[in-house]
Amino acid sequence: MASYSTNEFKSGLKVMLDGDPCSIVENEFVKPGKGQAFNRVRLKNLRSGRVWERTFKSGESLEGADVMDVEMEYLYSDGEFWHFMQPDTFEQYQADANAVGENVKWLKEQDKIVVTLYNGSPLAITPPNHVELEIVETDPGLKGDTAQGGTKPATLSTGAVVKVPLFLSIGEVVRVDTRTGEYLGRAAK
Amino acid sequence: MYQLIEKRASVLHRIREYFDQQGVFEVEVPLLGRSSVTDPHLSAISAQVQQQAHYLQTSPEFFMKRLLAEGSGDIYYLGKAFRNDESGKLHNPEFTMLEWYRTEFNDEALMDDVGALLHHLAPLQVDLQIEHFSYAEVFEKHVGLNPHTATVDELAAIAKQKLDVHFDSEPKATWLDLLFSHLVEKHLQNPTFITDYTECQAALAKVVNTGAYPVAKRFELFWKGVELANGYWELTDAKLQRERFVADNKMREAMGRPPIDIDEKFIESLEKGLPDCAGVALGVDRLMMCLFDENDISHVMPFPSKNL
Repeated sequence: MASYSTNEFKSGLKVMLDGDPCSIVENEFVKPGKGQAFNRVRLKNLRSGRVWERTFKSGESLEGADVMDVEMEYLYSDGEFWHFMQPDTFEQYQADANAVGENVKWLKEQDKIVVTLYNGSPLAITPPNHVELEIVETDPGLKGDTAQGGTKPATLSTGAVVKVPLFLSIGEVVRVDTRTGEYLGRAAK
Repeated sequence: MYQLIEKRASVLHRIREYFDQQGVFEVEVPLLGRSSVTDPHLSAISAQVQQQAHYLQTSPEFFMKRLLAEGSGDIYYLGKAFRNDESGKLHNPEFTMLEWYRTEFNDEALMDDVGALLHHLAPLQVDLQIEHFSYAEVFEKHVGLNPHTATVDELAAIAKQKLDVHFDSEPKATWLDLLFSHLVEKHLQNPTFITDYTECQAALAKVVNTGAYPVAKRFELFWKGVELANGYWELTDAKLQRERFVADNKMREAMGRPPIDIDEKFIESLEKGLPDCAGVALGVDRLMMCLFDENDISHVMPFPSKNL
């Protein structure tokens, strides 16, 4: 893998740090007029998701990380692994619980998911920003109660629990923002 | 774009107006010189002119001091300077610099002069609250150590406790620069003069003994957390100056940077006699960022480097 110097650090560049693949979020050049130059870098650890700031002396370099984001189709889970397929090559990948993490609750079969591959194996997954999922469990709907702002918890087909308006009932399909877990509206029929 | 051009033109005009009122002459000095500075942290852009190595000047300082030694009296330069490898929200490899020298002034008198210029440039409705602190005062307040007496190990330990850094065995000045830029600068929101630097940060300033420890008669101006200007009560001793250049080149070597031939014509002018004077360099684009309330240098330049 190539190595990158601080002046090549750009948002999105994948580098190795302390044995983990990381993504550069932001790189700020800091230099006193008469002094040492530094790069104050925001990094995201792609394994743990932790975002933090480290300062380098300008000119220091880091190994690149063999990390690729690939859009795949989610196939199924066998209980231990979650299986994904690259649509153009039909190549299949299996991700473990660490890789799917919290995002498991947004995984619907046949949805397009971005799988982050590290040295060829799934490291993390990113669901689409918006998903449409069916309500499988919630308190009975209150017909006509569309004006009031009240909400109730609803369990969706993937297991995610989101707050939905009171008038919705089991069997309806809702749009949810996976980044915030917020209900966006009823899915277009 | 029209608005930016109008605002820049107005600031440039007001700067010249101020110095005209003060009886300071504008001088033009070469941008392409045969020598460059030995400063270990500056990298000049080199150029070939008629098969001879030249450098785009990182500041007009040496040429201006040669003029001072020739008896020019008070002078200012308003024009371009160039620094390689400097690019970011506060840096552009080519930038506009204002540098001036006042004979018979010390650092205190020159700070008053800088303050008067700021008042001349600030819009009427802005009431500038100019503050003064010594380097030791602000450093102790925000870092918790006296920068003059703290050891390298103490500075490194506190840096590693407060920041995520993994470099080691650095000279004292590097730890001071790190801690000051990361922990102190953001607190300097009003126009603030920082005075009396540590001896290891003297560069081209006189060093005087105040009792407890020697201090460098150097000052910097910060505004809105941005370093705007750097001034010295100038070192006029040719022998001391040569020693500092030689030390710079040793440090460059240790850092893996090419040594720079000492500018003998500059040393000659010091030997001939630089009048007692104080001088300051001010980043005009950064000053405009503060005046126009912008947070990126590219927003105040018609042609920032990413848009050439």
